[in-house]
Amino acid sequence: MADFTEIWSYLAGDPLIWLAATLIAYVIADAASSRMGRPAWVNPVLIAVVLLGALLWLSDTSYDTYFEGAQFVHFLLGPATVALAIPLWHQRHAFRRALLPVMAALLAGSLTAILSALAIGHALGLSPQLLATLAPKSTTAPVALGISESLGGSPTLTAVLVIVTGIIGALVVTPLMNVLKIRDWRARGFATGVAAHGIGTARALQVHPQAGAFAGIGMALNALLTALLAPWALGLFPR
Amino acid sequence: MIHALTLILACQLAGETLTRLMGWPVPGPVLGMALLFALMLASPRIAALVIPTGEGILRHLSLLFVPAGVGVVGHVQMLGTQGAVILLALVLSTVLALAVGAGVFVIVARLTGAREDG
Repeated sequence: MADFTEIWSYLAGDPLIWLAATLIAYVIADAASSRMGRPAWVNPVLIAVVLLGALLWLSDTSYDTYFEGAQFVHFLLGPATVALAIPLWHQRHAFRRALLPVMAALLAGSLTAILSALAIGHALGLSPQLLATLAPKSTTAPVALGISESLGGSPTLTAVLVIVTGIIGALVVTPLMNVLKIRDWRARGFATGVAAHGIGTARALQVHPQAGAFAGIGMALNALLTALLAPWALGLFPR
Repeated sequence: MIHALTLILACQLAGETLTRLMGWPVPGPVLGMALLFALMLASPRIAALVIPTGEGILRHLSLLFVPAGVGVVGHVQMLGTQGAVILLALVLSTVLALAVGAGVFVIVARLTGAREDG
């Protein structure tokens, strides 16, 4: 029988173990969320991330090693984004009827996301570089990185802020909308996609199919609008 | 399933190619989504082909954010001494953007008669 450390040193360098660990952590997190009736504060992404973060720390594994296995899951983000056409297609009639509210909410939500973050950061003394890093945080990661870089921010830190924003959005949206007494699934979903991109969309899909479809559109449209608005918005906050 | 996956990847590939070719500020997969939507509108056969596989991928969309999320754990110290300020800006601005976005949607829907059930 082989020594445990021998097996471990083989497995630790193999993509299989971290791919399996990612799925196991998610299955545990999703089961917890499902069993508790999918409350907003039991977010499967957050739980799985915490479990895996602890595991990497305990086993002294680098993120690069982890990602060699996890990249197969990460890769599916692209095809999944394409597949968001499907909920949109199911809701195509509802979407056509809601064109005006969609455009108005897109402009209002996108402006609020960018300007409020910059105003708070500026008032509390963040450097111009950090403001540029912060500006695109509500939009989907690939777009946000490009914007951050072109404005002189740090793309790596922007990636972190984008994910944290998505998790915040997924955690607060349900209680917030309930407090505001907004019951329109289109409005709830769309605002979530605009403010909290794909992670918000994943939450919306869990809650209601119409919310999920409108969240997908919100995310897509805000990717475009943030690219146009962010450079102008940053100019409003001189050093 | 393989046909559906091929179609989805082809849409993504077309989106990536087009957005780079034109220098557009849109990610390839988002353009791919628009392309797949147009194809589904044009052909009910394509829609029927792609739905089961596509919905299978979307059923666990949360899972797909986990690898990137784990990357955040290692970068928390990048926030440095400004971490609390940045977190405050993120929380407040996300709450505001959600409230304003949904509020404007509901008000404009009411004004234009774009009813949920209509």
